[in-house]
Amino acid sequence: MIETFKSVIDTLSAPTVSFTLLTLLTPLIFPPTDWFDKLNRKLGIWRLWTKPGLWAGMGFITFFFIVGYFDPNFNITLTKPDNFPIVLMVYSMFFFIWLGMKKAYINDDRLAEGLKPEEYNDPDDKVLVWPDLVYIEFISLILFMVFLIVWSILVAAPLEEPANPASTPNPSKAPWYFLGLQEMLVYFDPWLAGIVFPMFIIFGMMAIPYIDTNPKGDGYYSFKERRIGIFIFMYGWLILWLFLIVIGTFFRGPNWNFFGPFEYWDPHKVVPLNNVNLSEYLWVKMLSTGLPTNIMLREFMGFLVVFAYMFVFPILLAKTWLKDLFEKIGPIRYTTLMLFGLSMFSLPIKMYLRWFFNLKYIIAIPEWFFNI
Amino acid sequence: MSEEKITPTASVGTSTQNSENGKEMGRRGFFKWLSLGWIAFAGATGGFFTVMIRFLFPNVLFEPPQTLKIGFPNDYATNTVDIRYKKSFNIWVVRDEESIFALSTVCTHLGCTPNWLRTEGKFKCPCHGSGFRMTGINFEGPAPRPLERYKVSLSNDGQILVDKTKSFKWEKGEWENSESFLVV
Repeated sequence: MIETFKSVIDTLSAPTVSFTLLTLLTPLIFPPTDWFDKLNRKLGIWRLWTKPGLWAGMGFITFFFIVGYFDPNFNITLTKPDNFPIVLMVYSMFFFIWLGMKKAYINDDRLAEGLKPEEYNDPDDKVLVWPDLVYIEFISLILFMVFLIVWSILVAAPLEEPANPASTPNPSKAPWYFLGLQEMLVYFDPWLAGIVFPMFIIFGMMAIPYIDTNPKGDGYYSFKERRIGIFIFMYGWLILWLFLIVIGTFFRGPNWNFFGPFEYWDPHKVVPLNNVNLSEYLWVKMLSTGLPTNIMLREFMGFLVVFAYMFVFPILLAKTWLKDLFEKIGPIRYTTLMLFGLSMFSLPIKMYLRWFFNLKYIIAIPEWFFNI
Repeated sequence: MSEEKITPTASVGTSTQNSENGKEMGRRGFFKWLSLGWIAFAGATGGFFTVMIRFLFPNVLFEPPQTLKIGFPNDYATNTVDIRYKKSFNIWVVRDEESIFALSTVCTHLGCTPNWLRTEGKFKCPCHGSGFRMTGINFEGPAPRPLERYKVSLSNDGQILVDKTKSFKWEKGEWENSESFLVV
């Protein structure tokens, strides 16, 4: 029974399976359109945001970790002091998303009935920052300090031998909060995944209030009033950031190969990962000639693809599918949205291209350190 | 007439008193002090940065030498990767069918140190999974270019001399250069 559960989890946690499942599940859990909303109601996924849903979710996570604790392989990763925050993260993320969504659903029902949202206060009935808010913040700060001190006493910091540039630990993992970035680096060149994308994440989040000027849902929880925004954010946050952290923590073993959580970390696991650049696909595999010596000629296909994706595709969208959006928010906001949005969705696209076509780089110019 | 009466006579530090006690600063004086200020500022920052840059070139350098004798060609068996100089000198010495060459141990993706996996016959980076063949050619993972090679030559006593100051990049066609390998 337990062994079947473990092998099922191991099979599911293969990135192709788990990432695809989660990508398909996200629009069902956070339905962006009426069609998905109907499916969500039909499948009963909305029950996740009720009390039984909370217990079911917490129960499953706890069951997973308990089984993991008694599994000789998962125990090693699970009980590493570095990975304790991930366990906390899984619980707290689920709880706070549950809390927010539960309140949002209550408010959605109230708004549908024509009532005010639960958080609504009479404009004259104000709360003071000092002392009301600052006291709450101060007490949270003290409680958090107590938690950190207790944590640092109970769990010893993992001190290792002195650093040696010649021997890198295998696998070599970044601090847990950077594991999403490290996962991104597997699919992109360092200048993109290490510099451009982190900057885009920060600037993109700063740009959200300027792109999405919808005043609804301001000061109260609501899902229906900005469901597309919540869906896109949740995909980026839960799947492209948190799930990549979980992958990096639990599913990446020696030589940065994928391992199921209950799988033995075999340093000699052989995974065929022969990666090929788009230019090699075009010139060598399709046209059966050598790579041209002219760099621009060699990579013209890659430039074409990237140009089409970043510049032609948004224009086509603005003329067809996103016409209403384009007319509503105007060219400047639309361009900004597309720049950040298409950059974000280039990560799953690149991951699938790597998994299914062994594609390394779309544009590969190692001579100029320019690879996309 | 009435304005004079309003002006307080016993005030301290007003502009009228200063101009009476000291000299009024004219245009020439202003430029004199301005130039002096800028020269002082430039001198101070210039001195600061001179010292800073000097700091980057220490008198004594505690690092391994950039050239090293690594023994005789016959010490290396055919089709093996020698990892003895990985820790001290950051090179792998590889001997294939016809030549000996020295590979840099820096992964071309983000600079981690890969491991030589003898059974799989490849270098594998533990950070992002880049893989290199024994020749140093990248074939898996995100590494965009092959490992760099260093200059190898035979010294007068017949030992192999590795010079890390000169590196050869495959993507620039430099592996064709006869200094990048040693024919045996």
